[in-house]
Amino acid sequence: MKYTKRLDGRKFEEARPIEAKVGVVKRADGSAMFRTGKTIAIAAVYGPRELHPSHLRNSEKGILRCNYNMMAFSTAQERVRPGPSRRSKEINLVMEKALLPVLDLSEFPNTVIDVFVELPQTDAGTRCAGINAAALALADAGLAMKDIISSISVGKVGDKIVADLSKEEEDFEGGATDIPVAIMPRTNKLTLLQLDGNVSKDELKEALEMAKKSCQEIYKIQVKALKEKYGA
Amino acid sequence: MTLVAQDKSIVVPGEVLATGMDHVPAQGTFRENENIIASQLGLLSVNGRLIKVIALSGRYIPKVGDMVIGKITYISFSNWSVNIGYAYEANLSLKEATSDFIARGADLSQYFDYGDVVTAKVIGVNKQKAIDLTMKGPGLRKLKGGRIIKVTPSKVPRLIGKQGSMISIVKEATNCKIIVGQNGLVWMQGDDPEKVRLAEETILKIDREAHKEGLTDEISKFLKERLK
Repeated sequence: MKYTKRLDGRKFEEARPIEAKVGVVKRADGSAMFRTGKTIAIAAVYGPRELHPSHLRNSEKGILRCNYNMMAFSTAQERVRPGPSRRSKEINLVMEKALLPVLDLSEFPNTVIDVFVELPQTDAGTRCAGINAAALALADAGLAMKDIISSISVGKVGDKIVADLSKEEEDFEGGATDIPVAIMPRTNKLTLLQLDGNVSKDELKEALEMAKKSCQEIYKIQVKALKEKYGA
Repeated sequence: MTLVAQDKSIVVPGEVLATGMDHVPAQGTFRENENIIASQLGLLSVNGRLIKVIALSGRYIPKVGDMVIGKITYISFSNWSVNIGYAYEANLSLKEATSDFIARGADLSQYFDYGDVVTAKVIGVNKQKAIDLTMKGPGLRKLKGGRIIKVTPSKVPRLIGKQGSMISIVKEATNCKIIVGQNGLVWMQGDDPEKVRLAEETILKIDREAHKEGLTDEISKFLKERLK
């Protein structure tokens, strides 16, 4: 099925309006808000702190623990059942794996760094917004990092490759494939790539190129948000 | 060959600070091939060939000789555990806590109980992250009464000022007793609650505006105006 014009009038490679803010949760060690379109993610970082239960401890380095939570009222569709789910467990795992390559936790053996990602309002692309917010919050917490992670979901809607899908597009009747991607902007290396649907090899290549370009734009916004907190 | 970022500017992790082999990476930075890159959010400081990033946020990291304020969190048979705001609890042993004679099996909570706040000095930090404290020394004691506020540990040097210039301005103007721990906890006590409140406000203002130049003058002006 042909997809000639995007449902919200954007260009095919254009992301939704993006906003980032650092230091939104007062009592956290580091925090950030990241918004793309109607999707809002708020991340709060606590730690490094002692890890309980102690059998999870790693005596070589600290561990990262993410907690993704879509609030019950956050969607435009049916209410999300509160509490952990199969889906949120998966997202916790991929977020940890996306963020760990830039973190150096060898200074803090036997500890945990907790990242809580709350989503008060969602319209697709939540794990990417969550990763962007979490990366900012980790930097705000003063942790040693090699880079900041930038993330976006690209995908195929109908016959077109597009960036930053909305929920409406994900549910496009001509079929849609969502590909969340996270990169380390300095080196353009991938730290997250998920794909669940149908795309050809060439389409995937095109989508990844688009993702890298969009992530560079997101990175600029992230850097600006971090510098803004300290008045520069 | 050259410096890419500006000296005294705010840099973010992953930002390229300098290229070429002319500079040397110090605290808060690392080298990757030709480039020197920031590994922390903070203020860039270039000192000759040395490039470092002064952290603006983050937890306290203990150093030997630091005077800290901590809270007793656990009492065991021969020592106390003290929370000093680090990722690990610090250890205050019986021997370092008091010079009194303590009989075997005595109730240690009569010296320091759960929740008591003490000033102590860091005497040991080892690879296993065991922090040893002592309370033998001038001014190291249990803190009674007063109140405690928190500032960013990396801004404590600014709060104290050169030879204590900044904090003595606040002490004099507000007539409060103030103790600043290197771990970012500030204890204060005064007779006039209004003045204690002003001291708190001033300290939080210093914490917020620590990166500004000429802050000492601004603070004394601020205090003078508020005390009119």
